[in-house]
Amino acid sequence: MITRIIDRVRFAGTTDVVVIGAGHAGLAASYFLNEQSIDHVVLERGEVANSWRNERWDSLKLLTPNWQSRLPGFSYSGDDPDGFMSMPEVINFIEDYARFSGAPVRTQTTVMSVSKVSDGYRVVTDKGTWKTKAVVLASGACNTASVPKVAQSVPSHVAQLTPPDYRNPEQVEEGGVLVVGASASGLQLADELQRAGHDVTIAAGEHVRIPRMYRGHDIQFWMDRTGIMNERYDEIDDIVRARGLPSPQLVGSHEVGLLDINYLASNGAKITGRLMGMNNGAAQFSGSLRNVCALADLKMNRLLDAIDQWVLRNSVLCDAPQRFDATEIDESPALTLDLDGQNIRTIVWAIGYRPDYSWLDVPVLDRKGRLTHDGGVVDAPGMYVLGLPMMRRRKSSFIHGIEDDARELMSHLASYLHRPNRRDDQYEVGQNPAHVNVAA
Amino acid sequence: MSDVQVTAKNGVNVEALLGAREALTEAPEAAKFVWRAESEWQGGTHTQSNIEGFFGLGEEQNHVREFSHDTDHPEIFASEDKGSTPVEFVLVGLAGCLTAGIASVAQNRNIQLNSVKATIEAPMDIQGILGIDGDVRNGFDSIKVKYVIDADATEEEIAALVAQSQKRSAVFDIITNPTNVNVEVNK
Repeated sequence: MITRIIDRVRFAGTTDVVVIGAGHAGLAASYFLNEQSIDHVVLERGEVANSWRNERWDSLKLLTPNWQSRLPGFSYSGDDPDGFMSMPEVINFIEDYARFSGAPVRTQTTVMSVSKVSDGYRVVTDKGTWKTKAVVLASGACNTASVPKVAQSVPSHVAQLTPPDYRNPEQVEEGGVLVVGASASGLQLADELQRAGHDVTIAAGEHVRIPRMYRGHDIQFWMDRTGIMNERYDEIDDIVRARGLPSPQLVGSHEVGLLDINYLASNGAKITGRLMGMNNGAAQFSGSLRNVCALADLKMNRLLDAIDQWVLRNSVLCDAPQRFDATEIDESPALTLDLDGQNIRTIVWAIGYRPDYSWLDVPVLDRKGRLTHDGGVVDAPGMYVLGLPMMRRRKSSFIHGIEDDARELMSHLASYLHRPNRRDDQYEVGQNPAHVNVAA
Repeated sequence: MSDVQVTAKNGVNVEALLGAREALTEAPEAAKFVWRAESEWQGGTHTQSNIEGFFGLGEEQNHVREFSHDTDHPEIFASEDKGSTPVEFVLVGLAGCLTAGIASVAQNRNIQLNSVKATIEAPMDIQGILGIDGDVRNGFDSIKVKYVIDADATEEEIAALVAQSQKRSAVFDIITNPTNVNVEVNK
């Protein structure tokens, strides 16, 4: 115990920038810091690509095709550009990138706290304390699976799982499964568990429905070509809402055209509205299922309309336009589900993920626990974040989306470091230095 | 921006609503409202409910005048039919809320509405309220709302107005989701 405390107190070093996390985001930051010869270190609690190793289920594949997997100075070089990387392949890709970029990664180094000191930050790790002028938070957007309060009212004999705990169907007890959430994670797990022989019920709140393929190309091709993925955070109408949008119903496979409610229901899943309560062992669902499905259908068609208009304007040769069947909902979807009566043995909470900033002792979280930042420039001098959904662009949370964000933010960071008289007191309280020149 | 922009006139002050949204994001405490009704039995199944004050924006507020609503039951229930049935009032609330939402969303999206009409139907098996069959619930089996909307917009845009209105409707939420109700007596 004593030695562990001494480890933390021990001085590890002084540097200009501490990057927290050696995933694709932290490594991309390191690439641009190297390019500008800025002294830095990348701290990693486990191994490079740690979350991809330890917090993903076995069958998961990237939602973006291989041709799109690229990082600063580095891209996919395999022979299956239209395929989707499995988790071991993602880990290899990011490991290769770490070697290619020569990032100064300290593995097995867990950050315990980050606090403000004069002229920078103190970063305490289980391997000693760093003193740094700037910090880049690249610790991921999906550290914790969200679980609603109602989980506390689930009878104790019903198992509860979140996607980061889930590996494969073998760990799920025989019997029915209630999957709460109809986004990418929820529907992928529901599909896998249904194929493994479980009776599956899916509680669907608001969701984003899009096809894997459209007019002969992967949807990511269209999102990329039409410029939708490049839309900037300061051009989006309601960015707070946009950042909270669920991930689209997609799977990294061409086997299923649309991994949607219609597909799951046609394979036998029971579809209900959003889970609203748990009362005496019975789940209660919202009666709004029809409307959340109507919203998703309308939204998908608006996206397809936008793609069609772009194809027309740019005279692109491709397959003919297509519209998909509306989501079909039973006349009266179930409003309650007696867990024991219907033999529901497991509940999977797939309602979303949150970053974990419990180690961040700097007052930069809003009342909902979200990081306060302007396009990645955190509301604390010399602090930056990377890899959050729609952080600077729609593509910000994707592997290929990190390059533009990291380039701009590391250049902002460089000018911050080079600023004469870089002291906290040159900013008014609550004012973010970013507002001066962040618009790149 | 030299184009002549036609602004829809639906009589909804969207700027004020958006301004309120912005202000209340900064001051979430002021967003906590309390709605009230007071009622008194008038004899038989007739009740009169009055609505005047409510709480919001951190203080007591008043409607421009008091509103009075009578509820009763029809003659086939051996009542005197001095007002709509309470369950019909629920439909009134739903229609009012969804239609107000449609007007607000239309204004925000600059869509001119020419007419918005709704028909609401809510089947109910009264074996529930009469205590004949314990398996039949007291309330509606379901609710069907049919809108007929004439607006300067495409069918898809009109469908999106109605969908967005449901998404933001208080009464739609109250009806579709469970709410704890605490009734106290003589306290």
